[in-house]
Amino acid sequence: MSSTAPAPGGTIAAGSADIVETAKAPRQLGPSPKMAIGFLAPALILLVAWVIYPIVYSIWRSLFGSNDSDFVGLSNYGAIFTDSSTLTTIRNNIIWVVVAPLVVTTLGLIFAVMTERIRWATAFKLILFMPMAVSLLAAGVVFRLVYEQDPDKGVANAIITTVHDAFASSAGFPGARPRENDQAPAALQGGAVVTKGATTLVPLVGINPQTLASAAQAGQPPADGGTVWLDVVRGGGGAVNQIDPQEKALAGLTVEALSGGKVVATATTADDGTYHFPGLTKGSYSVRLPADNFKAPFGGLTWLGPTLITPAIIGAYIWVWAGFAMVLISAGLAGIPRDALEAARIDGATEWQVFRRITVPLLSPVLLVVFVTMIINVLKVFDLVFIIAPGSVQPQANVIALEMWRVSFGGGGNQGLGSALAIFLLILVLPFMFFNIRRFRRDEG
Amino acid sequence: MVSRKIAVVAALALGAAACGGGGSSSTSGGSSGAPASSAAAAKPLQGTKIEIAAKWTGDEQKSFQKVLDAFMAKTGATVTYASTGEDTGAYLGPRIQGGNPPDVAVLPQPGLVQQYADQGALKPLSDAVQTQIDQNYTPYWKELGSASGKVYGVLVKAAHKSLIWYRQGAFDDAGASPATSWDDLMSKTAQTLSDSGTAPFALCAASGWTLTDLFENVYLSSAGPENYDKLSKHEIPWTDPSVTTALQKIQMLFGKKEMMLGGSSGALQTDFPTCVTQVYGQKKAAMVIEADFVASSAVQSGAKVGEDAKIMPFPKAGDTDPVILGGDVAVAMKDNPGAMALLEFLASKEGGEVWAKNPGYLSPNRNVSPDNYPDELTKQLAQTIIQAGESVRYDMSDLAPSAFGGTDGKGEWKDLQDFLRNPTDIKGAQQALESDAAKAFNK
Repeated sequence: MSSTAPAPGGTIAAGSADIVETAKAPRQLGPSPKMAIGFLAPALILLVAWVIYPIVYSIWRSLFGSNDSDFVGLSNYGAIFTDSSTLTTIRNNIIWVVVAPLVVTTLGLIFAVMTERIRWATAFKLILFMPMAVSLLAAGVVFRLVYEQDPDKGVANAIITTVHDAFASSAGFPGARPRENDQAPAALQGGAVVTKGATTLVPLVGINPQTLASAAQAGQPPADGGTVWLDVVRGGGGAVNQIDPQEKALAGLTVEALSGGKVVATATTADDGTYHFPGLTKGSYSVRLPADNFKAPFGGLTWLGPTLITPAIIGAYIWVWAGFAMVLISAGLAGIPRDALEAARIDGATEWQVFRRITVPLLSPVLLVVFVTMIINVLKVFDLVFIIAPGSVQPQANVIALEMWRVSFGGGGNQGLGSALAIFLLILVLPFMFFNIRRFRRDEG
Repeated sequence: MVSRKIAVVAALALGAAACGGGGSSSTSGGSSGAPASSAAAAKPLQGTKIEIAAKWTGDEQKSFQKVLDAFMAKTGATVTYASTGEDTGAYLGPRIQGGNPPDVAVLPQPGLVQQYADQGALKPLSDAVQTQIDQNYTPYWKELGSASGKVYGVLVKAAHKSLIWYRQGAFDDAGASPATSWDDLMSKTAQTLSDSGTAPFALCAASGWTLTDLFENVYLSSAGPENYDKLSKHEIPWTDPSVTTALQKIQMLFGKKEMMLGGSSGALQTDFPTCVTQVYGQKKAAMVIEADFVASSAVQSGAKVGEDAKIMPFPKAGDTDPVILGGDVAVAMKDNPGAMALLEFLASKEGGEVWAKNPGYLSPNRNVSPDNYPDELTKQLAQTIIQAGESVRYDMSDLAPSAFGGTDGKGEWKDLQDFLRNPTDIKGAQQALESDAAKAFNK
């Protein structure tokens, strides 16, 4: 840095030295140092009280245990890297940092470039920006509902199951199964119902008889086959393994005749639950109802389960922040010299080439700022995880900021470890902060 | 404990609001204005301001407000109620650190009494309050509110945790009947229900405390009160054979996906009031294993308590009939006459009877007559507590340090959820429980 221009952060003493050297320069350009201090003081006091002091105190506190009188040195920091649940939070934070900023920036770029081309750009931008007006807490509540497992409640699974059912419809009687005792003539074998030896009666249970109110009564087994029926009477009672008058038939099930481990014939149960194997000797085969008959309907994905929880929360985060990225990027887009784009087009570049070689390089400073801001933002993510993840998957969804709060206040009561986590988080954020500040400075210069 | 009823999302929102320093609502104080001049001598605390923090919201807060109103009318003090939100520790922690605790706090777990007493945040109760406790409570409850020989807290509100709620309609349809032993419950009642196409249980496994309640009932019953006390204090390890037996009993339930609505994966996503709705609102399941406070959620789902929403005592899984209580302990965080007078009132027969006349309250005070309760069910519950006397045990997870027994996603809550996810691994579950317990108890 040259000696004539004091660094932006240069001290007042250095400034006055400059004045002595260049005697002919006007006496003073800015206000007097005293006045400068006077004007800076309120900001300085706030900065010290609300930023510097808490940081210093947190560092100090992190050297003590849950009780603030027993000094533990650096062992809280050691605990961060040895405790498996804290390591999970670090792993999750890494996933967040790798995925979320990239997706947010990319989506923001796509939206920004697209909205330049469409007629209702303002309306479109407004809608995309709308989630920013919702507090993260409310957004979390909304997405908790979106990700509900029950397709009747959760929009995400409602969409998935609708699409799925359009291609594969479920049939049969999910949940139906034989009774679990030694007297039952059939048993489960790998999802299929197989009779124990030769029988003509295949009683099943596990279905609410009221759902079969319109089904036909179970018929007596024919001479060349048998009957599959629901062996349950409303209110209990009825003879077990016997066809009672009010018991309903299970129609439309695939039935296979097994002899020596091989399928020798296949049939489907009729409306009264009966099936026929003409030509087979009675008693020479056992009966199998393949597992397909009892396949549960596709219920969508378990968004709030341990495996999908972090991607699901990242999805909610993207919903909130993509609009913000889009607005910043389209502001940058407006600043790109049009003639560069025009020149490229006249030279015969395709739109993709214009985008790749002209737009993106010219936009790169803005993209970088958005990207780095998102990284900082993602490192301290808290509220979405806190709200969207159900209690049982909180350990799998946990992130550092949430763990910090939990160990300090949420029952753990160990504010030493909490402070250590806070400092750890600060150290993670710092490089990106410096990077952003340096960029801003360079832009100003 | 009881405000756990609130939908988890709303509760979280409350907790976060409390974090921000909000959530404090001033009472109307209508009683303190006008009669101020009438009899100053009769109202010893005229002009005293007392702040009490508790986690009750909604109807429970309204009922409690009636008690505060009675206290204000009697003493002339002004009492401000502050809602702590779902997570009392998270609300009180920063206020204690900041040197600005409420005068009186109602802690949802006796474990917190020990924790705060160790931090020096609690004030020992005055002799007048202790006299009330000696008169109205059995020694077990006095010991519960004590830490290192000093009495700090008084149990002001109880929850009966040894109940199974069932839907009469589902039992009628299946021809099932309530069971008196755990084995019968599993092999007869639940099996009959399952055969009839109704899921026997709606488990609220996303709320980890419902699983600890289940474990405690089975353990108290199968291992007996002495082992229960030892395990509560971590004097025997969680790898003890008595724990194995209890987990084997629970495995009968956890190990079969037909036993619960939605299998274990569905159960693990269901939080507390939702499972009650599944039984009484959606009518998808037949039973829910939880405490007396299920009643209000059941009513909200359109069920009538006593007609379609019925209770059976938690069946014996061993030799002991389990009776487990939860409850809230009131403590003084500032040593002043106002705080002590309020605690004295809450521990008294007089205060308890004002409270008992309002819905949603069950008193552990043996001198509060059951006749005060507005409904038959509560009367019955109060009688069982009074009759059980010395053999009642307190909710074990609430006696443990809250890092083990009372934190979402940690300790016992997490380990039992993992056991539900993988019910074949009893040994692994015991080891996880033991290592978490060791960590929390050695602090």
